[in-house]
Amino acid sequence: MQNLFAPGHRACAGCAMPTTVKLILDAAGPNTVVASPTGCLEVVSTPYPESAWEVAWIHSLFENAAAVASGVEAALKRFGKKDTNVLVIGGDGSTFDIGMGCISGMFDRGHNVKYICYDNEAYMNTGVQRSSSTPYFTHTTTTPAGKVSFGNPRPKKDMPAIAVAHRVPYVATASVAYPVDLRRKVKRALAIPGPAYIQVNAPCITGWTFEAGNTIELSRLVVETCLWPLYEYVDGKLGEVKKIRSKKPVEEYLKAQGRYRHLFRKEGGAEIIKQIQAMADANAVKYGLLD
Amino acid sequence: MMKVVEGSHAVAHAVMCCAPDVISAYPITPQTHIVEHLSQFVADGKLDTEFLTVDSEFSALSSLVGSSAVGARSYSSTTSQGLALMWEVLYNASGMRLPIVMTVANRALGAPLNIWNDQQDSVGARDSGWIQLYAENVQEAVDMTPQAFKISEDPDILLPSMVCMDGFILTHVYEPVELLDKEMVSKYLPPYRPGVVLDPSKPKTFGAFVDPSMYTEIRAMQFRAHEQAKKKIEEAAREFAELSGRYYGGLIDTYQADGAEVLIVTMGSVVGTIKDVIDELREEGNKVGLVKVRSYRPFPIEALRAALKDADVVAVVEKDVTIGTQAALLTDLKGGLYNYRDMPPIIGFSAGLGGRDITTREIRKIVDLARSAKDGIETEYGFLDLKEELL
Repeated sequence: MQNLFAPGHRACAGCAMPTTVKLILDAAGPNTVVASPTGCLEVVSTPYPESAWEVAWIHSLFENAAAVASGVEAALKRFGKKDTNVLVIGGDGSTFDIGMGCISGMFDRGHNVKYICYDNEAYMNTGVQRSSSTPYFTHTTTTPAGKVSFGNPRPKKDMPAIAVAHRVPYVATASVAYPVDLRRKVKRALAIPGPAYIQVNAPCITGWTFEAGNTIELSRLVVETCLWPLYEYVDGKLGEVKKIRSKKPVEEYLKAQGRYRHLFRKEGGAEIIKQIQAMADANAVKYGLLD
Repeated sequence: MMKVVEGSHAVAHAVMCCAPDVISAYPITPQTHIVEHLSQFVADGKLDTEFLTVDSEFSALSSLVGSSAVGARSYSSTTSQGLALMWEVLYNASGMRLPIVMTVANRALGAPLNIWNDQQDSVGARDSGWIQLYAENVQEAVDMTPQAFKISEDPDILLPSMVCMDGFILTHVYEPVELLDKEMVSKYLPPYRPGVVLDPSKPKTFGAFVDPSMYTEIRAMQFRAHEQAKKKIEEAAREFAELSGRYYGGLIDTYQADGAEVLIVTMGSVVGTIKDVIDELREEGNKVGLVKVRSYRPFPIEALRAALKDADVVAVVEKDVTIGTQAALLTDLKGGLYNYRDMPPIIGFSAGLGGRDITTREIRKIVDLARSAKDGIETEYGFLDLKEELL
């Protein structure tokens, strides 16, 4: 594996994001320009005058990476460099919330830009605040569990569906626990002209609160519970899905994380866990995850 | 050959002559005609460029951050609320030293909503690190366009530029203009060849974060580039004059300033009206002159000191207000002269806000007020033509 994301970056031990980035760049290769929004990735990888990036990389603002990448792609096209891959790699805050308008514009204009979100389901760089990617009933610092609260009061935004609605030709979900699948999806996205959207489950040890050695295990578990289905949409049609041989109860996944501790301590928690289980069951049906 | 065309058409034609690699824009009155004309040039095969019709002004400038970093000559146009929406990207583009050029069709900012001309929009962006040039008429806006690219793209400068032209007054007026000649412009403006670009074969990191140990120095480098730009703006104007025969001054221009007792300082299209009033006043035996600020950023304080030092009194007229103090050009000017001996008293007026006409009668009134301020300032600053009965 070629290492285009150099060691020495300042990510937390156990963070899924550097592994995710390494896998993405391994699939894309050196003929690549990456635009990243402000966030953990940008902060840990580019403390001036150091940089972990072995590919051409640009950061401008929190909410404009998709627009910056549009301009990069347009300029490369202008200069006849159509073979160069243009990627965005950014977190869920910039993707689901503040950068949504720019992403919609980039999708709509049909730029040959592959947008990859490493999704850790909250604003981790600023201290674990809720984003619209945060799942239902999750404790964050702005949706804390409390006497009258079970955490985040809203379901996770369905960002891949929004991408599909833009007629983005290739949309997929992935997980850092499935590196072969992730690499294949990046390559497939790059092979299909036009925009693409890939959303990668990337656990955050400080925000989710779990043992640093369990990152991959946790990202596998969320897939096996059917809370994070792995699927592809090609030209708007559901394509390949990752079948789950033995579906795990959501409780197993929730129990492993501090952000769901309240569900096991508070009265009424069992009822909430049932609701989360129902969401997983609905995913299994909707995407045909079980045989 | 002179042609009677709309201001926006003439400016769009000038942009075309500069051969931008990427154009990205979002429609907003009164900038729309510039972008529409450019789109038509593309549709007719006259302009070969990547034209992005983006989802917002914020995306327009953001996309040019990307294209300019790849090394593309990059252009946009906006105004008012659109410029305000770009605010975050303005600082980013200048901080990353990207020589983007943008025409600002100056317009008031809401609330209250107002689509007409003043200069509050670009004046409000005076600290953003962009070069700001203000045009007196359509021809100057046209000629400033290649000059702006030349200044911005100079390896010693590498700063973005705004060419500011008064909305409607200049964008929508039909007047005789010498359209630029493409060959002449290509002689004047060499292709953009930046030293450092986003290039996969020589990977570089753009837009790293900088901690307190270096941040001040990077800001100081931007500051010094603006100081350098003062010389470059003068050179760019002179070089353009050699090829075109048209010259409007460098950082500033003067009109009937020699021996003037009263000097009016202003920028933008109101210069034309003031010149007419000065002609009348001179005929009547009044020693009144004008100093036109072409470059508001960098602020040409040395040139202004030299131009103003012999006047008895200075009156600033500007289409903005700095709520909570006075107005931008006035306070900049006073600040720049304070430490120098024997400078004339300065008074100032916010005028023409939200598109109100600045009439010749009002300009005469300014001259009268300036004269009476010679022997002691009564009112240092105020709104011109204010309807007190409505307050």
